[in-house]
Amino acid sequence: MAAHRCGLSLVFILILSSLACPSSCDALEKANENTGEKQSVSDTPREVNTDGSIAAEDLNERQWQSTDVEADRSDGTKDSESFTAAARDQFQEELVIRPLHSGDIYASFQFRTLWDTDFLQERQKVSHYRLFPKSLGQVLSKFSVRELHISFTQGFWRTMQWGQPFIPSPPGAELWVWFHDTVSDVDGNWKELTNVLSGIFCASLNFIDLTNTVQPSASFKPLGLGNATDHRFLRYATLPREIVCTENLTPWKKLLPCGSKAGLSVLLKSEKLFHSSFHSQAVHIRPVCQDEQCTSKAWELRQTLNVVFDLYTSGQGKKEWSLFKMFSRTLTEACPLATSSKVYVDITDNPEGELFELSPATPLLSQAVVLGDRRTYSVFDLTRAEMFGQLRSLNLLLRWKGDTLTTQSDMLRPLLHAERYVAGFGLQTGEIHTVIYNNHPYRAFPVLLMDSVPWYLQLYIHTLTVTSKSRDNKPSYIHYQPAKDRHRPHLLEMLIQLPPHSMTEVTVQFERALLKWTEYTPDPNHGFYVGSSVVSALVPSMVAMNTNFTQDQPLFSSFVPVKEESSYFVRVYTEPLLVNLPTPDFSMPYNVICLTCTVVAVGYGSFYNLLTRTFQVDEPSLPLAKRLANLIRRIRGVPLLA
Amino acid sequence: MSHDFLQMHLKAVISCLLIFLYKVHTTKAGQFFSSGHTNNWAVLVCTSRFWFNYRHVANTLSVYRSVKRLGIPDSHIVLMLADDMACNYRNPKPATVFSHKNMELNVYGDDVEVDYRGYEVTVENFLRVLTGRLPPSTPRSKRLLSDDRSNILIYLTGHGGNGFLKFQDSEEISNMELADAFEQMWQKRRYNELLFIIDTCQGASMYERFYSPNLMALASSQVGEDSLSHQPDLAIGVHLMDKYTFYLLEFLEEVHPASQANMNDLFKVCPQSQCVSTPGHRTDLFQRDPGSVLITDFFGSVRKVEITKDTINLTSPVEPPIQRSGSGDIQIESLTYVDQLPVAEIIHQKPKQKDWHPPDGFILGLWTLILLVFFQTYGIKHLKHIF
Repeated sequence: MAAHRCGLSLVFILILSSLACPSSCDALEKANENTGEKQSVSDTPREVNTDGSIAAEDLNERQWQSTDVEADRSDGTKDSESFTAAARDQFQEELVIRPLHSGDIYASFQFRTLWDTDFLQERQKVSHYRLFPKSLGQVLSKFSVRELHISFTQGFWRTMQWGQPFIPSPPGAELWVWFHDTVSDVDGNWKELTNVLSGIFCASLNFIDLTNTVQPSASFKPLGLGNATDHRFLRYATLPREIVCTENLTPWKKLLPCGSKAGLSVLLKSEKLFHSSFHSQAVHIRPVCQDEQCTSKAWELRQTLNVVFDLYTSGQGKKEWSLFKMFSRTLTEACPLATSSKVYVDITDNPEGELFELSPATPLLSQAVVLGDRRTYSVFDLTRAEMFGQLRSLNLLLRWKGDTLTTQSDMLRPLLHAERYVAGFGLQTGEIHTVIYNNHPYRAFPVLLMDSVPWYLQLYIHTLTVTSKSRDNKPSYIHYQPAKDRHRPHLLEMLIQLPPHSMTEVTVQFERALLKWTEYTPDPNHGFYVGSSVVSALVPSMVAMNTNFTQDQPLFSSFVPVKEESSYFVRVYTEPLLVNLPTPDFSMPYNVICLTCTVVAVGYGSFYNLLTRTFQVDEPSLPLAKRLANLIRRIRGVPLLA
Repeated sequence: MSHDFLQMHLKAVISCLLIFLYKVHTTKAGQFFSSGHTNNWAVLVCTSRFWFNYRHVANTLSVYRSVKRLGIPDSHIVLMLADDMACNYRNPKPATVFSHKNMELNVYGDDVEVDYRGYEVTVENFLRVLTGRLPPSTPRSKRLLSDDRSNILIYLTGHGGNGFLKFQDSEEISNMELADAFEQMWQKRRYNELLFIIDTCQGASMYERFYSPNLMALASSQVGEDSLSHQPDLAIGVHLMDKYTFYLLEFLEEVHPASQANMNDLFKVCPQSQCVSTPGHRTDLFQRDPGSVLITDFFGSVRKVEITKDTINLTSPVEPPIQRSGSGDIQIESLTYVDQLPVAEIIHQKPKQKDWHPPDGFILGLWTLILLVFFQTYGIKHLKHIF
């Protein structure tokens, strides 16, 4: 289909400006000769092409393209595609750019590989891999994984300044896995899986063991298909201290079908990505519906990367952004293996271009309901050659106008927001405060708070209080699993109803435990981390959510399945905590003093004791019964027993 | 008698045949194995934590850069970095580690795979990697899978003293432990030849206890000497590299896969005028003449290429068998997504089944029975010596 599109645009461009066809066009045509059967698909995008030509004549006129229409169209193509059985896997890539009111910019990459195969079938081993990475496929089948979510994050997502991210993640590393219910030794599988993943992603995931793994009873329901929700097959762990750097990005990029060679992934240069306020990369694997009827499963691998560039450190304080400024690269082509490759720019707050200016202008607009809000996006379809213009490269430019950023001190007021801190003084006791805000003016909604606290903070669960509007708010469900020293962490889950426009505070006191001296980290004075608490909520939606969960929505709006129109599911992570534990002085002078004192106390002390002590023969004492009897006899004035 | 003669004759014939076969083989295969090794491995360790030890991470990464450039793949390099300098919050240019002033050479690169990092870099893990005694679930990238045909490069850097090297500022490895680990490697046939390089204060003390064969060792300084850092960078705010490794890197940057530089050139890499300390080396355990050992025997990778002139027809890629299973209509009812926050379901969850406990009345009754039986049997009169 690319060939037809290319050909048409070739004719068109020749007429208009007598330019030569881009060289990438040739390459695409050649590639298409090999896959002849794909041409049956090529009829549909012609309409789009005429859109393009009109657009070229009148760039200012905008055309509305709703995602629904697009979905219908691609349905047709999907059916015809499904007959050619070769293409049983497909790849999509997407970049969403959301200018933030603080002047920062949020870029979210999503890469999705869909494959209708079954890793868990015992009969046949899956051995032929095309787009799906083999390293992950083998892991899925070996450990009978039903669903796997792993994220590596550096920095903390500031909900008050940036709003909600598309897919949230806590600082550090987070891993949660649903195993298939045929697994007998879940803990053994989990241990091995973490070791294997630590090799794949070059991360210290092998530090995940029983002391930081929990089995949430109500949080973290499976995001993919399936109705088994027995939490014995769920494992959840976070490593809040995990560092994220190029060595994690490199293997992550290698999982992509195009690597970092073509398509959107050429933008992923570590020097820029890590020079940011927030960086998060994740891999989500789950079974999803193959088609709209949802009669059979397909495996979905979703690789996401979210990054927020800071106005001052990356943007030098100038209120203008471009792809080149953000990533030090521009886009030149779509990934040849991708069925769709799109860039979306969020222009909801900027319908007439009063806030910022976007160039090159695109005639295609798209609307999507995401996170309870209807957003408008400018769409750049990279599979169309004319997107890249004469320079054969696309460098989106986004320039804020005038002093529109003066209001940057204003905080956003997201409907749901949570924060957490440690209170108290000294090194013996303390108190964890978790504050959850409901900023909805008139609707109450339920949230599920999950806390996993390491065993060395001994929670006093009787001090647990939940107050909202200075009144006691009794949770309707509490699940508490106490810790066992050196074996498992505390797990606290609570279902709390948040009153409208309120602040709910959850406090619990704890005592710090003394560790054995080998259990301290090499830098114990840095403190010990407690992972983020997780707030899962059903937030009332401003607009009707799209419950029709199909694959043809843009990727960013189709991650969490929506069950009802009136509310949407969202997960909010709080800050991780850094707690100081009583730490012995590990320095050399201290140890020397300790050692000398011990020698003096034991050696000299016992010797001196021996010399000065006098020894006497002790009289044998009466048995206990007789002594008791004597006690009573003494009171009665009767002669005592001998 | 004749039987014996016949046997001897037969033996002679067989041995003649064997010698002939052996000669044919040595002429062909000996050429192939002239360097004595068939694969290369590298274990590169930085043992220091904290930002002011930036230079140790840069040291290790510069050796990593060189061996990777000369052809050892990431799968054959075990890289251990005790702290994260590249994405440290103090680093003004994240995702970079520079070896030269003015941010000239980024030794971290855009394609790095760190196998052991942070708290994982411990003496125990280091010795386990060397001796191969790792838990069975350890991934391949974290193992040293060498054999008796492997040339191994081991590079260590950190803070040390006479006879020890500190790991993470909290534990240390002694020179005797290291020597024993190498002996264990030798006995387990884990190397053919081993090149040991250490850049630390009093580095020569670390190799003086070695006793296993085929070891060559280099150190940045003699016993009683400090190894010094090379140059500070004002923008980054710390010293970028140590002197010895800096000149080692300068030397290795000139080496290319086909170069004929040998170990004698490596010994002269940092004369005392540049290093201030006196670099040392030890070759008495090594079998070959250092002048005949190429740098690329340890820093490069063996690539034996056989060129063929035959035409090979590649068949078309394998088409996976089409398996449109007809199970679609069977499963229709079962596939749905799960509610993410089923409030009603959570609230009305069945309370957890408690362990069975006998009712309180039963226990009370039991105690009454016991007391009753006791007093029936002994009566109150037996307690008279008390009352």
